[in-house]
Amino acid sequence: MSDKQHPNDAVINIDKLSLTFPSNDGDVHALSDIDLSINRGDFVSFIGPSGCGKTTLLRVIADLEQATAGSIDVNGMSPHEARLARAYGYVFQAASLYPWRTIAKNIALPLEIMGLKGKLIRERVQRNMELVDLAGFEKKYPWQLSGGMQQRVSIARALAVEPDLLLMDEPFGALDEIVRDHLNEQLLKLWAQTNKTIVFVTHSIPEAVYLSNRIVVMSPRPGRIYDIIDSDLPRDRELSIRETPEFLALANRVRDGLRAGHSYDEVA
Amino acid sequence: MASANPEIIHRALEKGAVTAVRYRFMERLLLVGAGVFGLLSLVTEGRLLLGLCLALLSVSAYRSIKHSRLLTAALTGLGSLFTAYVLLSFVDAVDNPAQGFWFQVIASWLLAWMCVEQLAAIKTLSRIYATALNILIPVLFGVWLLILWELLTRGFNVPQVLLPAPSLIAERFVESPHILWADFQQTFLKAVLIGYALGCGAGFIIAILIDRSPFLQRGLLPIGNLVSALPIVGVAPIMVMWFGFDWPSKAAVVIIMTFFPMLVNTVAGLSAAGAMQHDLMKTYAAGYWQSLFKLRLPEALPFIFNALKINSTLAMIGAIVAEFFGTPTVGMGFRISTEVGRMNVDMVWAEIAVAAVAGSLFYGAIALTERVFTFWHPSNRS
Repeated sequence: MSDKQHPNDAVINIDKLSLTFPSNDGDVHALSDIDLSINRGDFVSFIGPSGCGKTTLLRVIADLEQATAGSIDVNGMSPHEARLARAYGYVFQAASLYPWRTIAKNIALPLEIMGLKGKLIRERVQRNMELVDLAGFEKKYPWQLSGGMQQRVSIARALAVEPDLLLMDEPFGALDEIVRDHLNEQLLKLWAQTNKTIVFVTHSIPEAVYLSNRIVVMSPRPGRIYDIIDSDLPRDRELSIRETPEFLALANRVRDGLRAGHSYDEVA
Repeated sequence: MASANPEIIHRALEKGAVTAVRYRFMERLLLVGAGVFGLLSLVTEGRLLLGLCLALLSVSAYRSIKHSRLLTAALTGLGSLFTAYVLLSFVDAVDNPAQGFWFQVIASWLLAWMCVEQLAAIKTLSRIYATALNILIPVLFGVWLLILWELLTRGFNVPQVLLPAPSLIAERFVESPHILWADFQQTFLKAVLIGYALGCGAGFIIAILIDRSPFLQRGLLPIGNLVSALPIVGVAPIMVMWFGFDWPSKAAVVIIMTFFPMLVNTVAGLSAAGAMQHDLMKTYAAGYWQSLFKLRLPEALPFIFNALKINSTLAMIGAIVAEFFGTPTVGMGFRISTEVGRMNVDMVWAEIAVAAVAGSLFYGAIALTERVFTFWHPSNRS
């Protein structure tokens, strides 16, 4: 963790960032005064109740939304430049694969858009399909696959761009517990293998604690960061780590943070 | 219920008769009906041999259903066709056919119904068998419709001007292939196909062109919806004045009829892709044309094919009706309007038959193409 102080190693720098949506009932403060920096090789989770702005923050990083105040840079560029430079891969809540394309063709989609040539595309598709354990399913269509497999395809599609940064917006939210556990394990392996920076949005405490080395706890109205927790769990984790006291202590701290940030409930 | 008894099910499977283990009420009713009408015809001056034959067929079908649906279907189907053939062969010989004749018609028709019932109830996993059944059932149905039409018009001596028998129409069809072909060429191959291609093509291209202009979209779409609701064949006389008597004026009517449905559908289809898919393209830094070709056009295909199918029928109607307002002396619409005036109704029906076959094939070809291009759509997945 010593390298965290290195300013050069920050992939994402967010400074006093705010985002306000105008609406008929006055402005909605989706994000307010966010300060955060994410380092190379980090696995950072945003956790919080719905409406806390965790997805919005991720979308600001991806340049799918634009901040109304404050500054943000991604890889030393503005998010807009970073998007045009294809600096990140984005995994959505749903797999959103194109049903008219085979699995291999779906993974090839961003590569075609980048203008890569046939042989290079085939190599990258093959490599990333193996990475998510889907070799042999090239010729299938998305609707012939289970939900968990579809989400793995969408991860492979994001990885095919070969970005250093992977942004994931509740990618396993719609999957059942067992599949989710399995994919969490696979994602950790993938993180270890590729050494990418991963920003992960979730509303599951065990998922956040199990996956991340930093957990950003957020609270709503206005969307803000309540707490940032550095995890000292070893990088190499088994699912069984979730029964250890260290894990439970971290989970409790996250839960307390969520509860404290949630106090508006009693007011309203 | 003892239906769960594995012993019984196993034995039924062994006999290859799983689908025929029990009678349905409808089947009993049909066969009993056929038998009763067959016997009734004997006491009401029907042909003796035919009546006996019908009764016998009903009884044997009643017995065979326990063994195999296919056997029953073959028995009733072939039986009904044979008896219908006999009935057709002497329908003209009888002056004012007696009750017995009509009872035999009813019995024969009930047997045909039974046959279709049996075929429809057959469950099979074999694809070829299933395809054969899917073709056989509507064909049998159609053939029997023609048989009944023939028997009724000839049996009741319906005046030809009101409704000619199918055999007369067929005769006319065979006698005048040159006229029919010339009309088909003039109306379908020229007016319909050219008008359809130009109308659909223009609608599609304009939809793409106005895609980036909210101003044009807001201005054109309400007009499009308005025009789609108008009876556009009304402009046919004007088109004749503009483009003359020959096929271009008919093609113009077809263009006007098909343009707006294609425009409206394509515009709707282009906005069919969801927000998440647009975001996805954005994260790839995809340009306008890349998004258009890789996401929005494929997503719009079901809408576009919908317009193509609607337009195929609109184009036929437009071209035929437009010819009522003035044409050279050739064309399906021209033939229909003049031959009606000369009381040659069989010729009119022959033209209608050509229009029906051409229209169905046209529609079918588009529907097949649609299956190829939108195989991924939930309504087409297998």
